[in-house]
Amino acid sequence: MNDFLLAPLLPELILAASGLTLLMVGAFSKGDPTRNVNFLAIAALLVAALAAATQSPDRTTLMSGMFVADAFSGFAKVVIFLATAAALVLSDDYNRREGFARFEYPVLTIFAALGMSMMVSANDLISLYLGLELQSLSLYVLASIRRDSPRATEAGLKYFVLGALSSGMLLYGASLIYGFSGATNFETIAGVMTDHSGGAPIGVVFGIVFVSAALAFKVSAAPFHMWTPDVYEGAPTPVTAFFAAAPKLAAMALLVRVLVEPLGSLVGDWRQIVVFVAILSMLIGSFAAIAQTSIKRLMAYSSIGHVGYALVGLAAGDETGVRGVLVYMAIYVVMNLGAFAVILSMKRDGKMVETIGDLAGLARTRPMLAGGLGIAMFSMAGIPPLAGFFGKLYVFLAAVSAGLYLLAVIGVLASVVGAFYYLRIVKIMYFDEPVPAFDAAEGNGPAAVLAVSSVFTLLFFLLPGPLVAAATTAAASLFGG
Amino acid sequence: MLQTIVFYLFSAVLIGGATMVVVARNPVHSVLFLILCFFNAAGLFVLMGAEFLAMLLVVVYVGAVAVLFMFVVMMLDVDFAKLRSGFANYLPIGAAIGLVLVAELILVFGAWTVSPALPEAMALPIPDPSQIHNTKALGLVLYDDYVYVFQASGLVLLVAMVGAIVLTLREREGVKRQSIARQVARTRAEGVAVVSVESRKGVDV
Repeated sequence: MNDFLLAPLLPELILAASGLTLLMVGAFSKGDPTRNVNFLAIAALLVAALAAATQSPDRTTLMSGMFVADAFSGFAKVVIFLATAAALVLSDDYNRREGFARFEYPVLTIFAALGMSMMVSANDLISLYLGLELQSLSLYVLASIRRDSPRATEAGLKYFVLGALSSGMLLYGASLIYGFSGATNFETIAGVMTDHSGGAPIGVVFGIVFVSAALAFKVSAAPFHMWTPDVYEGAPTPVTAFFAAAPKLAAMALLVRVLVEPLGSLVGDWRQIVVFVAILSMLIGSFAAIAQTSIKRLMAYSSIGHVGYALVGLAAGDETGVRGVLVYMAIYVVMNLGAFAVILSMKRDGKMVETIGDLAGLARTRPMLAGGLGIAMFSMAGIPPLAGFFGKLYVFLAAVSAGLYLLAVIGVLASVVGAFYYLRIVKIMYFDEPVPAFDAAEGNGPAAVLAVSSVFTLLFFLLPGPLVAAATTAAASLFGG
Repeated sequence: MLQTIVFYLFSAVLIGGATMVVVARNPVHSVLFLILCFFNAAGLFVLMGAEFLAMLLVVVYVGAVAVLFMFVVMMLDVDFAKLRSGFANYLPIGAAIGLVLVAELILVFGAWTVSPALPEAMALPIPDPSQIHNTKALGLVLYDDYVYVFQASGLVLLVAMVGAIVLTLREREGVKRQSIARQVARTRAEGVAVVSVESRKGVDV
């Protein structure tokens, strides 16, 4: 394998080849190929995750410096591919039941995963943009794949229009940075920017603002979060589960790389943007979620809040901060998939229900589901010793050691407010009078995802070593360590 | 001298055509003026010695994009007169926003500086035109340095195509489709029948 020149590109090559092959399989097979294509897509994602995990952690650039493989991209890719595979596991039964099972669904998911892995491996403004577009375009289609539902169509259209706007902002910002430095390559830009570490010229600051705003849109950080609740609510639930997991982490990893690598020496210029966005996201995520009645909208606001906490780590702008971001996002993805596995089981009399009131008394009718959702909610609220607590611990520690005390204090206060609505769900499930029970589950997919997620969340404190060590190596690779 | 005259000719027609694209009442005329613009821009490219770009502009933009526009304009029933009806009402606020934007842009670009390190950092300096043909220079950049993003844009287009098909293709019942295999496999016995018709009576088919 060492002689293979394109070895660092292996995960991308696997995904691209399997995406194209599965498209052909789906188009030319007799009968309904959806189940097989779905299964093969999950297998391809797992193989790609294995390829990414076994890659050499040394930094390698490829393709005239457009593509970089290092420990950071390796870490992000493994989580992205596994989360995408889990989202496909969640989707299979649901899509068939609701009558929009089509083989294009797993194929588009694979292309989205390919886009995400290109994003986290981007080492050039052009490859950054193309990876982002490949991912976004697949997601727009997935959001409205249930084309007979007006809500899904509205969600897709809204996501598309706002996403196109943010892509425009990204390109404008990138062109300002290019206009100043004359280069699109991250390393060259970094070299140019070190001469200006005292304070960037106003044009570059504009460029940074535009690029960060566009990427903040992609991670749905406030004040660029307006699309999130509507899209999460309107899109089919498995698609929402996918949106809230892998793409979030990919966009966050991309934001970290862009700010730390090419613009690393201008940390004084971008830190205030990140701090502002983080505070606003944490507050909006906490306060706006309180009034929600739909569980999907609640999860949307919860994801906005979580992005805010992760950005606290980025605001620190050093190695511990980036490690905090990675640990936080990885844990968040796992908890979130667990919560959505329960939401996907919320079906009564053959119809999906999605209000929080429908969960009343779940502990007596379906104790396993209630237990799983309870673990996810406690963990999201950051109650020790669950995994979510450690995620918050790492980012707040990084913020404190970087001297951002105000940010850390606001973060802790916001998570207290957030705990209210997470615990309210637990209260509704365990102490309210039961409403009629949900229908029996029809497949093992959600149950399996829920089990894995709950065990991880519950027992993370016993063995935090591997994840934290991997995140430490990954963060170090961004800082040339 | 002749070059200058040709340049001004092309430029004047280009600007005139571009204005007509915006002000023409009939959208079909707008598209035709757009094609005129493309041709004149191609002429300007030829004057600069970039004949490959000129051909590309004509082939891709006139041949594909403008035809696509024409299809869209003719198939969509958009009442442009109605769209423009509020133009006068919105003009003041639109102009105000435009002015603010222009002022901001002037503020940014008035203070625009280029990094002193730019000459060394320049991504791909323009090669000497006397040494290399411009088509070849473009090809070297596109298929060597940028092959990764070239392939990536291919995938983006593929996803766009898959998306369009997923969201719009419907298998409709009762549509008559051509099946060439069945047409070819048809025998004489299937298609022809000899019927003796009695005088003054019709035939039941």
